[in-house]
Amino acid sequence: MGKEPGAVATVGSGKRRGAIAEFLGSRWILIFLALEILFFGLKTEGFASLNSLQILLYYGVLVFLLAVAELFVVITGGIDLSVGYILGFASIVSIKIMEALKPLGLGEGATVLIGVCATLVVGLVPGLVNGWLVAYLKVPPFIATFSMLGVCHGVSELIINGVYAMGLPKLAASIGSGHFLYVAPGSGPALFSRPLVERGVEVLEVVPNIVVATAVVVAVFAFVLSRTRFGRHIYAIGGNVDAAIRAGVPVKRRVLGVYALSSFLASLAGVVYAFMYVSGKADAGASLLLDAIAAVVIGGASMFGGSGTVGRTMVGALIIAVLELGLRMSGTPTFDKYILVGVILIGAVIVERYMPAARK
Amino acid sequence: MDYILETRGITKRFGGLTAVDDVSIGLRAGEALALLGDNGAGKSTLIKIISGVHKPDSGEIFIGGERARIETPMDALAAGIETIYQDLALAENLDVGANIFLGRERMKRRFGLLKVLDDAAMADEAKKVLDRLDIHIPSLKSTIRTLSGVQRQAVAISRSIYWDAKVLIMDEPTAALGVSEQKKVLNLVRTLKSQGIGVIIISHQMYDIFEVADRLAVMRRGVLVGERIVRETTPDEVVGLMVGSETVGKER
Repeated sequence: MGKEPGAVATVGSGKRRGAIAEFLGSRWILIFLALEILFFGLKTEGFASLNSLQILLYYGVLVFLLAVAELFVVITGGIDLSVGYILGFASIVSIKIMEALKPLGLGEGATVLIGVCATLVVGLVPGLVNGWLVAYLKVPPFIATFSMLGVCHGVSELIINGVYAMGLPKLAASIGSGHFLYVAPGSGPALFSRPLVERGVEVLEVVPNIVVATAVVVAVFAFVLSRTRFGRHIYAIGGNVDAAIRAGVPVKRRVLGVYALSSFLASLAGVVYAFMYVSGKADAGASLLLDAIAAVVIGGASMFGGSGTVGRTMVGALIIAVLELGLRMSGTPTFDKYILVGVILIGAVIVERYMPAARK
Repeated sequence: MDYILETRGITKRFGGLTAVDDVSIGLRAGEALALLGDNGAGKSTLIKIISGVHKPDSGEIFIGGERARIETPMDALAAGIETIYQDLALAENLDVGANIFLGRERMKRRFGLLKVLDDAAMADEAKKVLDRLDIHIPSLKSTIRTLSGVQRQAVAISRSIYWDAKVLIMDEPTAALGVSEQKKVLNLVRTLKSQGIGVIIISHQMYDIFEVADRLAVMRRGVLVGERIVRETTPDEVVGLMVGSETVGKER
């Protein structure tokens, strides 16, 4: 009651400020990304090129996939700390399975296909355990997934016994390093395989295969989140879990599903890692967890749940990717990246906190 | 019997405490019944029995004159009994249509087999049911977070009546609202009555009760101590029933 007069007095200016905040609130990360690109474009030679865009996307795919995984969990009000080590685990498992299939003589295509599918099925297990612990046994997500991080790390090391997993079929490696489209001067464009040209002739390579694949996967999960009943329910769970329960939303099943989905995407990222680096190792994704969570938070999702979109999370991930590449190309040590990501992260949280319109 | 909802001899014990003791009340269509009592009088327990949250130790519930088995909240919903709790149970981060249809989303088919949320249809239906309540919400796309107390209450009520509530139980519907908003919520109750819905209101606000209720039932220590027609009683008498000195109002 006591603050009523003051509140009335500021209505006029408050409204205008509200409009500005609303405009910036929904767009500031896009504006930030544009400024970042502009900055590095002017400062760093060769940054503003098709080639560096492709490099940026190519090395960004793992974080894109993990960020989508993390986003689903964060929307329910949880967190999944295990995605990084699930990635490592899956990178090892995929290679080991394909190695084991080799003696059967199925041919490379079948070996790779079966290997990938089997890895994705195995990759669901950590997530199902996480989801079961969180949804049914009421273990806090932080504890459940932190424990799973340790388990995945340990099991991975046990499988490879301290060395890298090697022996990926050549086909998988060529998919991992190949491009969707090749254009050679003189001859027409070719899909998937590099045309034969004379030595010294440069072939234009457009969009790495794994970037195309990642884009498709991200689009599918954006659809799941925004257009399906499952997506609607997880927003409701993050917004008001009691309301969701009373409305008859199968909350436990949905939460289980979200952790399984997260683990699935992390395993997919593990397979992509194996295809890219032709090896698998336990800590392959260890440093990516922070980038994934940072992308989600910079993208405006609340860690308390109920908000966030795939589109904005991707912008958050791009902000980090641009920063990393820009610093690397300008010769700055990469640990600067960690400092800057930390600063941007705090900045993002403050913006969200003080510009309520930023939350949507 | 023209009661749409009736309880007969409902008793519920928690350990040694008898929270509800042999309570029989009835509710007619288009009627508002106020349920009063001091804290711990057993109002909430009785409501929770009617809405299927608690199972009574003895007693029966009749709906439209037929004996009903209400053992879970889902049973109550299926029987057309909807309860709006004080916290309204809305997801503040979702829009109006999403809340009304939460858990029972309207879907449409895309490309023959994909089932996707039909937000447009849900918003249309939300608008229709809000019109029935004479409540206007500027943008149905706005999230609940941005709505006023009355608008939220209206969304919660819409949610119930959209799914064919015959009986609506409202727990302290005007608590935590400003004076002008309280009036609007009372108008909502009148609108519901005019559409033939029976309303049970739990309230501490004597004003609300004398404004919209037709009858009132007073509980004390689990026992139903009196029922009155609102037009024929006074706030003094009602307070007397609540605190246990029935004579207060009558003698003076």
